[in-house]
Amino acid sequence: MRIAACIALLTAVASTALAAEIPQAERRSGYSFMSPDTKAMQDEDTANPGMLFVLDGEALWQRKAGTANKACADCHSDARISMKGVAAHYPAFEKALGKPVDLEARINLCRTNHQQASPFAYESHELLALTAYVAQQSRGMPIATGDDPKLAPFVEKGHALFMQRQGQLNLGCTNCHDDSWDKKLAGSAITQGQPTGYPLYRLEWQSLGSLQRRLRACITGIRAQAYDYGKPELVELELYLMTRARGMPVETPAVRP
Amino acid sequence: MANSNHTTRRTVLGLAGGAAALVIVRPADATPAMLQAAIRNVVGEANVRAGKVKLDIPPLVENGNTVPMTVSVTSPMTADEYVKSIHVFNEKNPQPNIGNFYLGPRAGRAQISTRIRLADSQKVTAIARLSDDTFWSATADVVVTLAACTEEAI
Amino acid sequence: MPSALINVPKKARRGDVIEIKTLMSHIMETGYRHTASGDVVPRDIITSFTCRFNGTEVFRADLYPAIAANPFITFFTTVTESGKFEFEWIGDKGFSETAQASITVE
Repeated sequence: MRIAACIALLTAVASTALAAEIPQAERRSGYSFMSPDTKAMQDEDTANPGMLFVLDGEALWQRKAGTANKACADCHSDARISMKGVAAHYPAFEKALGKPVDLEARINLCRTNHQQASPFAYESHELLALTAYVAQQSRGMPIATGDDPKLAPFVEKGHALFMQRQGQLNLGCTNCHDDSWDKKLAGSAITQGQPTGYPLYRLEWQSLGSLQRRLRACITGIRAQAYDYGKPELVELELYLMTRARGMPVETPAVRP
Repeated sequence: MANSNHTTRRTVLGLAGGAAALVIVRPADATPAMLQAAIRNVVGEANVRAGKVKLDIPPLVENGNTVPMTVSVTSPMTADEYVKSIHVFNEKNPQPNIGNFYLGPRAGRAQISTRIRLADSQKVTAIARLSDDTFWSATADVVVTLAACTEEAI
Repeated sequence: MPSALINVPKKARRGDVIEIKTLMSHIMETGYRHTASGDVVPRDIITSFTCRFNGTEVFRADLYPAIAANPFITFFTTVTESGKFEFEWIGDKGFSETAQASITVE
């Protein structure tokens, strides 16, 4: 039964003509698709396992690192003030590199350039914790990514990737997350793919994870070759998705099934 | 039209492949005998009656890795009459035990919550031991839906 | 040191029944998973959780691999006097962590 339903859905998806962008008024966070139990897990800090990572991030913020022997706090003081609203503008254009970087990459640039420490590995506990701590300072603030005009060509690249069919299933992100977000796939809500709460705690992962991890899983799901962590394609997709979610409140650390 | 059918066929293969992989990696289920033995280990030869225990668990869960569960027992919580312990079991995980929770009269309220893992759709049973050493139970059926796009475990 | 989150009311009246919520960082590796090369990932779980109030045990739990990662446990207790709750998590591979929370009886 379940497989038959999936086929019916995917066939419908494949035959849909052109994707239309979701109007502002209809944009919905993944939160709104969740069961009351999962919502409750996100709503209360003591029940939200993502908060354990935020606590670790707070400790890392104060910890001196690298040959410069500096902590984040030595330059940025109190994150509750200095980092307020920062994550709501990421990914942001990095002048020295001439391209956008996401929050994780920004933190690692700080480590290498200012702390003279080695960068944290992608999806390492430290990088997720520090990113979650910084992003949590923007919780409740509207996403405002994409103001910088230098980002425009990269947003366009991300948009093109979002629309592009790929993989053995020959699906683009848009076929599910613009066209079919009100439907289900194997019992799970498809959702609009609005990245409002990253890094977030996924019940499936039983851990915090980054938007890049989620994108890679999605790409593997359509049976395409996932881009490696940190590849420009993933950052451009992140950038487009964040501009697509403009105005929606930051939820970090969110909880998702 | 031919092209559309082609997509459908590939979808079938993809989904079937995913389901097969899940079956292979899942270790052997607890058997009904293992479940009975685990329960006997707690209650001994005592009779377990249905009642007094309430097991709150979503009938349909979004992910079996993290299932919220609350067990409460209708009982006075006085020095003379109280709930000693709550034991939770499952039918189809590799191991039948989920947790044992030891209370006492000063708990004031015989209620505990936690989050559990369920490898598959199955029954969950909660058993309470009262201060008079009687055992009471409740059972709930839980349907675990598969995530649409699961990642490789490791 | 792994993080823990504890929710205990700061103040209560004598005789109040309060709810205590606890969340502890732990992967709760079941011992039933295999790597891509077929090796069993060894079990690494918290096996025991205890809450003591002013030195007296008020709640205890045995945990099994079926408890989800980052164990979340809530329970109730009657407030008798001002004092300190001590929480202890013990597990495989020598895991042992504690946390504390104080309560004032008004």
